[in-house]
Amino acid sequence: MCDQTFLAITFGPCDNCSETKPLMNIYVKNEPINYCSLCVERMACQGLGPNETLATLKTESETLKTKLEEERAKLHDAELHQVAEKVEALGQFIIKTRRTLKGHGNKVLCMDWCKDKRRIVSSSQVRPFRWRRHEHAVTMPCTWVMACAYAPSGCAVACGGLDNKCSVYPLSLDKNENLAAKKKSVAMHTNYLSACSFTNSDMQILTSSGDGTCALWDVESGQLLQSFHGHSADVLCLDLAPSETGNTFVSGGCDKKANVWDMRSGQCIQSFESHESDINSVRYYPSGDAFASGSDDATCRLFDLRADREVSVYSKDSIIFGVSSVDFSLSGRLLFGGYNDYTINVWDVLKGTRVSILFGHENRVSTLRVSPDGTAFCSGSWDHTLRIWA
Amino acid sequence: MIMHIFRVFPQMEQVIVAMQDPDLGIKMKNQRLLITVIPHAMTGNDIVEWLMKKYSIMEEEALHVGDLLVRHGYIYPLKEPRNLVLRPDESPYRFQTPYFWSSQQWPASELDYAIYLTKKNIRKQGQLIDYEKENYNLLHKRINHTWDFVVMQAKEQLRASKQRRKADRIVLECQEQAYWLINRPPVECLTPRLSQRDRGKQSNTKCEHSSRMSLMHSDWSLAVTFPSSFIKYSEQYFSHDPMMHGCPPSNPWITDDITHWALNTNTVSTPTKLRVERWSFRFMELLSDPLGRLKFMEYLEKEFSAENLCFWEACEDIRHGENSRIPQKVQEVYKQFLAPGASKWVNVDSKTMEKTLEGLRRPNRFVMDDAQMHIYFLMKKDSYPRYLKSDLYKNLLVKAIAPQETKRSVFPFMRRHRHSSPNPALVAQALEEDGKAKRLGSPRITSPATSP
Repeated sequence: MCDQTFLAITFGPCDNCSETKPLMNIYVKNEPINYCSLCVERMACQGLGPNETLATLKTESETLKTKLEEERAKLHDAELHQVAEKVEALGQFIIKTRRTLKGHGNKVLCMDWCKDKRRIVSSSQVRPFRWRRHEHAVTMPCTWVMACAYAPSGCAVACGGLDNKCSVYPLSLDKNENLAAKKKSVAMHTNYLSACSFTNSDMQILTSSGDGTCALWDVESGQLLQSFHGHSADVLCLDLAPSETGNTFVSGGCDKKANVWDMRSGQCIQSFESHESDINSVRYYPSGDAFASGSDDATCRLFDLRADREVSVYSKDSIIFGVSSVDFSLSGRLLFGGYNDYTINVWDVLKGTRVSILFGHENRVSTLRVSPDGTAFCSGSWDHTLRIWA
Repeated sequence: MIMHIFRVFPQMEQVIVAMQDPDLGIKMKNQRLLITVIPHAMTGNDIVEWLMKKYSIMEEEALHVGDLLVRHGYIYPLKEPRNLVLRPDESPYRFQTPYFWSSQQWPASELDYAIYLTKKNIRKQGQLIDYEKENYNLLHKRINHTWDFVVMQAKEQLRASKQRRKADRIVLECQEQAYWLINRPPVECLTPRLSQRDRGKQSNTKCEHSSRMSLMHSDWSLAVTFPSSFIKYSEQYFSHDPMMHGCPPSNPWITDDITHWALNTNTVSTPTKLRVERWSFRFMELLSDPLGRLKFMEYLEKEFSAENLCFWEACEDIRHGENSRIPQKVQEVYKQFLAPGASKWVNVDSKTMEKTLEGLRRPNRFVMDDAQMHIYFLMKKDSYPRYLKSDLYKNLLVKAIAPQETKRSVFPFMRRHRHSSPNPALVAQALEEDGKAKRLGSPRITSPATSP
């Protein structure tokens, strides 16, 4: 039985319609006013066309969505989990923290592995670090560095964030050298940079931004090579496809959509919209035939690119908080998810069940990446540390 | 930006409502707190046990979920109210009234807070804690012009509460206190706070438009065996996945023994068995491993078809190289590989050749794509399968190292020294210098500027 409300709420005449009702204390242009809930809703609804109400638009888009699902379901084949019943179940997993990296004075926001499988670069609320069992700090003139990436050669790192730019820093051998001096501004967006990644070489960078676009840049000249428009809200994440042709990538955004793009033409070739909230992270399945996504709706989902549909949802009633980052183990059998409730959940990709839950971080897990040779994965958190798990 | 605490509240509230279900929820009783009896309370133990039963989870996870509910203000402790933590013992807890739920998004204004602190100050003279005293003084300065109103409201509310039963009064005080602990925490603690920012909501018209686009543009090609392809892939790579199968001799992150990495570098003379096996899984695996590519090149040289791989590599260089050097590189590739009488002529079909020559007039990074694809599939369908059947490859398999999986070290407390890996930048520079020296025909000279 829940408590009654004993307090006197503000109850009186609405400033707008003058009816005596329970009032909501809201601020309009820093002025506190008392509107009843109906008037507040009316205010929020300004912006519709004639004969249009939120309701009619909603119903139309719902009808379209159902039609879409029907078409997709017609091509539906056996569910992944049913077929996977014959697969051997996984045994007990012992994954523990093997290293804890302290040294960031602030929330860790992003990290990336070097191809040498042993180094990582991580970025935080203040500045990015490069670890080599651990050294090097570069101070950037912006406060939130939300994206960082290691160049394939290991000789440079790229990072950016609220400064709307992506800059490349060549890594020198002299620890005392001021890396910030050699920095090269490559990408320019009109809103914050959410993710960045080098393509197969040190010469090109792919970025995603809060301005709703992704872009491909030439590092040497800073020239924009291709831009990708199609998201209707901030783009939060991206991942390059490990395919033979190497020409596509996937991005996820606040419009709940995951889009697959052709890097040559700039076109969106596939789109998936089954998440119920912002998509914070996307990662390709190792074969390149599918990708996983993690969202604020507390689920991870697997999308098959050839069948053009979602094939699996990884969720549990006891998991309430959103996923910030996902990555696959080397064979693609395991999916690791870093969550905003400070935990990491390990999923059996084929069977759809949770294999393990890992505790250790003391604040939300913001980033998670498996090492290039699959021997470990690294998680970064708002508790100022990074952990290596194996 | 990424503080979508709002989205979580409905789910948390679902849990809370389920907990209070008269039949299936937690059984609540009166709890004693010093000399007072608080109605409708439960113990920390009750909460953990209920969560474990309802969601079929272990105690550790149930404690974690319950703790989150406390931190977000849905359940508050009666003993030590400032410590927002779930204790799995007989400590008493209560549900917060929905009026105070964080999802209600009352602005938690300064005025409200000032009234609360004033009430507390009047009730227990000088009993405000340090940070509360600070806040009180700050507010007194900041909204001094409304202070009469504040004091009046505080007195009115206290008078109204005196007319209630003692138990109700205590409940109300606890609720209010818990609410303000969440909304005005003492330090920058890790309790998530309400974000005042609201992300722009997606307009429905845009949503409808993109739904229509999806209907029109989707490609309905079906791969009939799509679930089994995932199963096959995972099975094939099972023994190669260190997380699933361990990695011989041992996982360096666990045992601090870096043999595994030493055996798998790009310059090792004898690759490991697992590595050589992997090259047979798919052509891309062979090409993306620098050592695999090297060995494949050796084979192609014997077959006099090495120019194919060289061409493919040159095309990759164009696609991923600097923008400014594209025209120059394209010309070089044409001269070396495509022009009639070229030294490393590659066999591209006439249609592709025609298209490529057309594109050469305006060289861009994709101009060689078609030709590159053609040669790639040529190698994949022809040279690659023959390579896997060749003596060269079979010898590699036979000679490959297969280290034994070591058990944990006999002396588990002996710490191995951890060494840094070589800096890739240093390695790259050394290689460059080696190259320079070789071209100059002189022994390697380390210039003073780069010596470590």
